[in-house]
Amino acid sequence: MIEIIATGALATVQDLGRIGALKWGVGGSGAMDDLALASGNILLGNDEGAAGIEIQVFPFQVRFGEDCSFAVTGADCGARLDDLPLPPWWVHRAKAGQVLELGLPRQGLWPACRAYLCLAGGVDVPTILGSRSTQLRGGFGGLEGRTLRNGDRLGTGATNSVTSITGFGLTPPALDMPLIVDGLPAMRVLPAAEYTNYTKAAQAALWGEPWRITPQSNRYGYRLEGTPLTPVRPMELRSHGIVPGVIQVPHGGQPIVQMRDAQPSGGYPKIGTVIEADLWRLGQAPIGSRIRFIETDWDEAVSAHDRNRRWLAEARRLVALHRMRMGSS
Amino acid sequence: MTSDEPFVSLLGTSALLFEAPGETSLPTQQRIWALARAAEDWPEIREAVPGMNNLMLSFASPPARLEPIEARLHAAWACVEPLAVAGRLFELPVVYGGEGGPHMADVIAHIGLDADAIAEIHSAPVYPVYALGSHPGYCYLGGMDPRIATPRRKSPVLSVPGGAVSIGGAQTGVSASAGPSGWNTIGATAMRFFDPEQNPPALLRPGDRIRFQIAKVIR
Repeated sequence: MIEIIATGALATVQDLGRIGALKWGVGGSGAMDDLALASGNILLGNDEGAAGIEIQVFPFQVRFGEDCSFAVTGADCGARLDDLPLPPWWVHRAKAGQVLELGLPRQGLWPACRAYLCLAGGVDVPTILGSRSTQLRGGFGGLEGRTLRNGDRLGTGATNSVTSITGFGLTPPALDMPLIVDGLPAMRVLPAAEYTNYTKAAQAALWGEPWRITPQSNRYGYRLEGTPLTPVRPMELRSHGIVPGVIQVPHGGQPIVQMRDAQPSGGYPKIGTVIEADLWRLGQAPIGSRIRFIETDWDEAVSAHDRNRRWLAEARRLVALHRMRMGSS
Repeated sequence: MTSDEPFVSLLGTSALLFEAPGETSLPTQQRIWALARAAEDWPEIREAVPGMNNLMLSFASPPARLEPIEARLHAAWACVEPLAVAGRLFELPVVYGGEGGPHMADVIAHIGLDADAIAEIHSAPVYPVYALGSHPGYCYLGGMDPRIATPRRKSPVLSVPGGAVSIGGAQTGVSASAGPSGWNTIGATAMRFFDPEQNPPALLRPGDRIRFQIAKVIR
């Protein structure tokens, strides 16, 4: 069990998302940086899709109610366990009563804005419609369907014998698989249905210019600011299913990228979709920072998806190797 | 937008969007329901999600090649018959305008009719539920009178309350819970549309029908 003793707004319990409930209007939710959450779980010997805590406002503090292995992935928040500095993306063990504190994300080696606290056994909240992720709009999932507050207590699921082996870590995917254009984090985008209805100038701006992430950006969507994207003629579409990553362009011309809490349908014109394999990069781009989009095609997008799967498989292999060596020594 | 041929487009590597040709209609939607039923059994497909005369097919994992699925979609569309659903009728009292209908003035300004006329026109039809979407328990309804069609807002409103009755383009619907929306809210109703503890969790299903009743018009 852990107790939240200091949290800013917007920390939530997330897993890898809710699958199969779109037909009831229920979006997927899930970690904004799915690779970071999966990595934390791999480090702890959890199921990759176990629930963790997504933190985006700092400082954040928890007290451990019992001995517990944990890992902090995502942003490097200069984590400290009772004032002992901890390396990020690393497996640690806390004793009952110890306090873990996460500070402001460091924008050094890998700029990022969200951290994941993963616990051995995973955060144990009820599974609702197939997931433990917090569905803020619907007010269910996670802890009582809401963001975490000071004083909240969260239990963990059953652990296995490997979870007490600590003292190893992973290199974050931001370092292993960087994607940078003109010094800015970049995401690959597949053109969507209405792409060709935008002016040549709009298309050129989408690929050629930086996009600033405005303060009105959150888990629902990132509202971007840049050269207004002008359609050849106004469009009014029929509502249709959409997915996280879809770049909608409301009539004002400033795009909105749908993120993990996005609604599962919409009707604004779509100029493109950030591919699923790069959504974690966008999920880690802080408010106020600038990003770039790279035009991609199906084959390249599928390779990017496979590359992420391979990265996770390699992480599992390395962690298993470490456990074997440390367990036998 | 409508075209003469079905149109298939990509939603990144996560899904395909199939859009039926022609004007929005219930018979077309009934074919969309039938297409969804067929496609949800295909091995690559995780979920088949009907929209308004369109269908999103999400992938379990992005397939190496898209052409076979697209071909199967077109072939299936060519032969699906409308799926008739025996739905239930729900009656919802609505207070039009006032605090619960903050964008009524914008709709009045756009279409040039007063609040009473808009409420009359909006509450006249029995609306079939075409699809669920947007947020848990929300329904897209067919059959709105085109005289009260109003474009979506230039920029989405950050939060509208549950029970908000709104118009977006040629469509109307009722919010099931508070959240952001790009539509014009013209009134309010009280009804619980979603309960995650129930199976199914959503009150309404495609094929059900809704009638709005004028509880009051606030001018």
